[in-house]
Amino acid sequence: MTATTAPRRRPAWSRPYLLLGILAAWVALWAAFRGQATLPLDGAELTPLHVRIGRIAEAVDNGRNESPLFLYFVNYVRLFIDELVTFVQALISRPSFGRPVPVVGWLGVTGIAGALTLLYGNLRVAALTVAGFVSFGLLGLWEESMDTLALTLAAVLLSLAAGIPLGVWAGLSDRFDRLVTPVLDFMQTMPTFVYLAPLTLFFLIGPASATVATMIYAIPPAIRITSHAIRQVPRESVEAGVSLGSTPWQLLAKVRLPLAKRTIIVGVNQTVMAALSMVTIAALIDAPGLGKTVLKALETLDVGTSFNAGLAIVVMAIVLDRGVSAAGRRVEAARRAGRARRPLWRRLQVAAVLAVTAVLVYLSHVYVWAAEFPGEADLGSYVRRGADAAGRWAQADLYASTNGLKNLITYSLLNPFEAVLTGSPWWLVLLVVTAVALVVATPRVALVCAACLALLVALGLWQDAMVTLASTLVATVLVMALGVVVGVWIGRDDRADRVMRPLLDAGQTMPAFVYLVPILGLFGATRFTAIIAAVVYAAPVAIKLVADGVRGVPAGAVEAATAAGSSTWQIISKVQVPMARGAVALAASQGLCYVLAMVVVGGLVGAGALGYDVVSGFSQLQLRGKGLAAGLAIVVLGTMLAAITKGSRRRGVHQPPVTGARRPLRAALRSGGPW
Amino acid sequence: MSVSVCGSGRPRAALLLAAAGLLVSACGGAKVGEAPAASGNAAAPAKEACGAVNLAINPWVGYEANAAVIAYVAEKELGCQVTKKDLKEEVAWQGFATGEVDAIVENWGHDDLKKKYIEDQKVAVEAGPTGNKGAIGWYVPPWMAQKYPGITDYKNLDKYAGLFTTSESGGKGQLLDGDPSFVTNDAALVKNLHLNYKVVYAGSEAALITGFRQAEAQQKPMLGYFYEPQWFLSEVKLVKVNLPPYTDGCDADAAKVACDYPPYELDKIVSKRFADSGGPAYELVKNFTWTNDDQNLVAKYISEDKMSAEDAAKKWVADNPAKVKAWLPTG
Repeated sequence: MTATTAPRRRPAWSRPYLLLGILAAWVALWAAFRGQATLPLDGAELTPLHVRIGRIAEAVDNGRNESPLFLYFVNYVRLFIDELVTFVQALISRPSFGRPVPVVGWLGVTGIAGALTLLYGNLRVAALTVAGFVSFGLLGLWEESMDTLALTLAAVLLSLAAGIPLGVWAGLSDRFDRLVTPVLDFMQTMPTFVYLAPLTLFFLIGPASATVATMIYAIPPAIRITSHAIRQVPRESVEAGVSLGSTPWQLLAKVRLPLAKRTIIVGVNQTVMAALSMVTIAALIDAPGLGKTVLKALETLDVGTSFNAGLAIVVMAIVLDRGVSAAGRRVEAARRAGRARRPLWRRLQVAAVLAVTAVLVYLSHVYVWAAEFPGEADLGSYVRRGADAAGRWAQADLYASTNGLKNLITYSLLNPFEAVLTGSPWWLVLLVVTAVALVVATPRVALVCAACLALLVALGLWQDAMVTLASTLVATVLVMALGVVVGVWIGRDDRADRVMRPLLDAGQTMPAFVYLVPILGLFGATRFTAIIAAVVYAAPVAIKLVADGVRGVPAGAVEAATAAGSSTWQIISKVQVPMARGAVALAASQGLCYVLAMVVVGGLVGAGALGYDVVSGFSQLQLRGKGLAAGLAIVVLGTMLAAITKGSRRRGVHQPPVTGARRPLRAALRSGGPW
Repeated sequence: MSVSVCGSGRPRAALLLAAAGLLVSACGGAKVGEAPAASGNAAAPAKEACGAVNLAINPWVGYEANAAVIAYVAEKELGCQVTKKDLKEEVAWQGFATGEVDAIVENWGHDDLKKKYIEDQKVAVEAGPTGNKGAIGWYVPPWMAQKYPGITDYKNLDKYAGLFTTSESGGKGQLLDGDPSFVTNDAALVKNLHLNYKVVYAGSEAALITGFRQAEAQQKPMLGYFYEPQWFLSEVKLVKVNLPPYTDGCDADAAKVACDYPPYELDKIVSKRFADSGGPAYELVKNFTWTNDDQNLVAKYISEDKMSAEDAAKKWVADNPAKVKAWLPTG
């Protein structure tokens, strides 16, 4: 699946042949042992382990009031978070302090956002931000957007307050890093549905639960990237500090943190994105904001309304992303320029911006027109009607061709592959996967894989896990096909890149609940629909990484090929893609992570298997143990696949020196999904 | 936000100044406070006895219809302060234990939850039926019932199994199942009735409705799990397939089930504390009953006419004063 080159000791041809041999042996053995030891389990059936897990969960629920941890810790955490969120809501989204409107109205909030991006970013980003905030009002979703913003800001602030110190610690101590990494992996791959309901027992129904659910998913990038940033600080700088007699504390404050600042801002960015991706799911436990609008609309299959709210979420994500990124670039520029350059006009500029902002805030505090968004220009109804019409048209007129595509992929790729995976005895699959891991990675990885598969058997969800694995791999193949084709295209063409980028951002940040109904209409409740949802979410990441890699190919290499008379196709296939193979391999492993993150959403649209187990465990008390086990099974699958891709990447690919410096950061960005 | 671009404390100082200005101006908020000052608090002072009510809102339209009408009457007639909390069923029941939910106003069976929270933990009590009759079963789109008259008898289903094959069903007929919130015996049913069908888990109500909607619009075959009352049935009148009739206890062993689903008496559950308070809001919830037609009408206002829950309730209450009067606490 990924372009890899063999290490020098082994002849380059041997690995593909070995893999082919393993596959042939697998198919032969499958034919011989088909249907034996496949460990099926019906949708409503439970194993004794599931019952036991359910009982343990119950015991934890019931013991919560006696536990000192609960009395002295959790309760205070809850109170603190509740107060914080309520305070931010009082400022920007909810009527407060005896007033019928929030303290700061739309004009003030827009002004503050514009001023922040202007002072910490640049004029273009500030204009984008102001346009974005105004669009919340124009879409008719000002209050919902501010609720979402308040919750996101609170969750991000708390995540950073906890995540950055922990990240610094992990950056300084290898032992702590080793300890915390698996925990972070777990936090990012465990589907939120699994712990959402128990969370409300501990943090009660309200802002605290929603914030904690968001933080569980948003803290890992903050910790990972901060740790990475601290490690990235050049050793010479630290040694220089030591030789000047700095204390460890001074080293941190004066050398490490300033040099790591830019990368830490990337971590802030990822934290914000992760927090925003939880908006809809947190609405299942009464989190206020845009997520509620999306879920409510889903009840009546109201595509227009949910698209309208989804659009506001996308706009918020893009605005926050661009704002934080611009601040990061500004920090870098300021560091390069040194501290000397601070002319008078800059100070005047700052003062002017702040004065204008203060006036806007004052106006929005005092005057109704500036406090509540005027309702005349109702863009929202047009968006709703447009999306409705588009959805209806697609379902009526495109169905024939989309159904054909679904059947083609399902019958030619998915069904045969799934038949072999689920029809093989479990020990055969275990043998095959271990052998493949031995060939493409290391003995250690092979051991990890064998352990993971054995764990799937123990969890009692073997066949469901195999069905999910089959869909996951097919989806990853499609993601990579798209990733390479579109990635090369926009990597070579800047104009295409500018057009595509907002679309890619939308694919990543539009909540899946918004496009659930349209894709169900196009493809029916099938595994293929689940695959499409996964591709929508995962392909943008792969495309961006491949495009980045293609752009990183030295211009000299391309020019030399052009001078030698190569055609465009030859340049792509012989120069750009091979030289970007590190990026392609990375795109494959990231794509896989993102696909896996959509397993639970897949369960909502017909994928069955693990995703459905998790969803029904969330909805039915007697299936709770099974849902927990299915969540664990997803984590196990993720661990196994990540081990194989990481192992093969380390073993197979020599990273091109030109882009090498940027790579490790991307590796730190590994991500699951909120579902 | 602690990143200080200029390296000095100046912007922060200026921000502080701005914040101080904000505080000062807080005293002079004349324009905003002027008109709506009187309605600062929703509760009418004369009826303060009712107090606050926390109503769980489970995520389906029929439930929302019940809750909308109850909330509207409680606020307008009794002067209660109703807080609606959007929660999945299980989370809502948990709310009884943590004291954050006072009432669930449409409950489908859930014997396991009743055992846990009513019998074991004693934090909830039943508050009588809503008057709505629930049914669960297998349905086909109306065009199929017309074209294939025998199809609504389960004995004939095998004859039509070929019509229902899909890419998911492995050569058998597909029975589209699986709203994850509802209990299903369908895998056992298919096995015990010896039907040549495979259960495919759609995974959400949206998936089932979209499936039936497409099936009717494009005259495609579909057999699926569904239930009533449900707003979608007023858009497409699905036809129920007759399974062997339900008798008491025929579903006792989940693995050996070979009969239809039992009829459901949808009911209301309230927290023990709320019931013990005996306030007017509890009386209202306890007295609330209406028919499937009533619920379908309000559900239609919400789903098809896209009215807000409050407007839908207002309209129905205005049209049905006698029914509402019967719910109000006496004396």
